[in-house]
Amino acid sequence: MIKTIKQVELKVNNEGYLTDFSQWTKEIGAEIAKEHEIEMTDKHWEVINWIQEKVAANEPLSIRGIKKSGVIDIKQFYALFPGGPLKVSTKIAGVPKPKSCI
Amino acid sequence: MKNLVILGAGTAGTMMANHLVSKLPKKEWKISIVDQYKTHYYQPGFLFLPFDIYNEDQVKKVGKKFIPKGVNYIQQKIEKIDAENNLIELDNGTLAYDLLIIATGSKIAPDEVEGMMSTEWKKSIFDFYTYEGALALRDKLRDWKGGKLVVHITEMPIKCPVAPLEFAFLADSYFEKKGMRDKVEITYVTPLSGAFTKEISSKALGYLLEEKNIKLVTDFAIEKVDFKNKKIVDYVDQEVPYDLLVTVPTNMGDEVMERSELGDDLNFVPTHPKTLQSIDHENIFVIGDATNVPASKAGSVAHFQAETLTDNILLYINGKPLKEEFDGHANCFIETGKNKALLIDFNYEQEPVTGTFPFAGIGPLRLLKESILNHWGKLAFRWIYWNMLLKGISIPFVSRNMSTSGKNINK
Ligand SMILES: Cc1cc2nc3c(=O)[nH]c(=O)nc-3n(C[C@H](O)[C@H](O)[C@H](O)COP(=O)(O)OP(=O)(O)OC[C@H]3O[C@@H](n4cnc5c(N)ncnc54)[C@H](O)[C@@H]3O)c2cc1C
Repeated sequence: MIKTIKQVELKVNNEGYLTDFSQWTKEIGAEIAKEHEIEMTDKHWEVINWIQEKVAANEPLSIRGIKKSGVIDIKQFYALFPGGPLKVSTKIAGVPKPKSCI
Repeated sequence: MKNLVILGAGTAGTMMANHLVSKLPKKEWKISIVDQYKTHYYQPGFLFLPFDIYNEDQVKKVGKKFIPKGVNYIQQKIEKIDAENNLIELDNGTLAYDLLIIATGSKIAPDEVEGMMSTEWKKSIFDFYTYEGALALRDKLRDWKGGKLVVHITEMPIKCPVAPLEFAFLADSYFEKKGMRDKVEITYVTPLSGAFTKEISSKALGYLLEEKNIKLVTDFAIEKVDFKNKKIVDYVDQEVPYDLLVTVPTNMGDEVMERSELGDDLNFVPTHPKTLQSIDHENIFVIGDATNVPASKAGSVAHFQAETLTDNILLYINGKPLKEEFDGHANCFIETGKNKALLIDFNYEQEPVTGTFPFAGIGPLRLLKESILNHWGKLAFRWIYWNMLLKGISIPFVSRNMSTSGKNINK
């Protein structure tokens, strides 16, 4: 699927996650955040950077990992990204939705 | 003489010992298997213990009985894996290996959540993932007078991810049979966004919850158990009150992985999802619940993995490239109560769908649909487990790689 943000045609899956990380920019991240009624702050970006680094290093993402990240605690994470923080933050970060297997 | 050591004599380790004993030349390889306990438990049976469907004797046997002759059984605790020097430190002594298979499984860690392992543990808070927990819960249920029953999953991944749902369904029938269903309010609380992770099965199972009058609370990431006021609380201050909490605590690999610096933050070992070779050490392979591969943690998965792993161990020994073959195949019965069950068959790529199994159009088993035959299949599984699965015997017509035949897949 194709989704257009700021005149850029982005490749996304049916849940709206970018499928090509090379298309991601901070501006696009901020626009996706707006769709979730999130106004990005420095703290938000710190978390997004951390997520992108984890994904680049091929390390799985989990709420527990957030606790150990040193960036943020879980309570804050929920406050920053309401309505499923891992789902929302990964969408903003332009990385795949974390797998929670059956 | 070379040494192949298997750590853990549960489902996966026992199967590997049985597969390898006849395939490795006896003059060249000595196989040893280590486990801390004498007893081998049939863990799927833990689901039935609380409801008095199975008794103690049906779910445990002496583990050594299933270890083939020619394999050295060592009953000791594993203290540490020294992967740099190819050594295992045991309770009492060390063991050198040329090739290592880690099959130490996963277990519950209730102390990961504040207030769970409290004075109320086994009084109003129970698990059914351990033998002791399932029995304590059985005793509690026998004379429980009713109230709010909360069935809860702490976090993913857990072994047999459908077991908590099955527990809720069986509880519904159990209380109905006792004539007290109207005195019990059942709520199913999950960190996932639906009854199940995948869309098609979530719909199928969500409907069953409704039919059985089981309430569903989703996206619940537990922060603590407020055991004094009998409620669970999540990170956005959502609260669910209970009289009886049946929880599936955090599942983790054994602490030996932490001590050996071989695990991730849940003590699961980073493993290649298709070859089952450890990511960090060429001569270490990992199977079953101990891996971090994104497949279900289930005995059926370990069974399919064991076939691939056996081939790969032989290829590795002969210096040949490994097969990138394991596809995440899982095959699970889901008890739905009232002597019915569902069956699901899926892998890394393919979510559970409807259809027939194992034969297209014929079945006799039906996928993702309730039937009495599926329930019998689940009960027959205990026999299959003790008599075929553990011994590494293939289940007829069910192949290690998932088949798409008979499945209603929308392309
Ligand atoms: C309630 C419940 C229901 C289930 N239902 C199903 C089902 O319907 N279908 C299905 O396919 N699967 C089911 N399962 C899952 C299945 O039981 C497991 O996936 C399977 O047992 C995994 O095998 P394993 O060999 O990896 O681990 P295990 O069988 O748990 O074996 C691990 C072994 O390693 C040993 N060990 C660990 N650490 C050490 C140490 N430090 N020193 C010495 N020994 C050690 C342990 O003692 C244990 O014997 C269920 C599980 C539960 C709890």
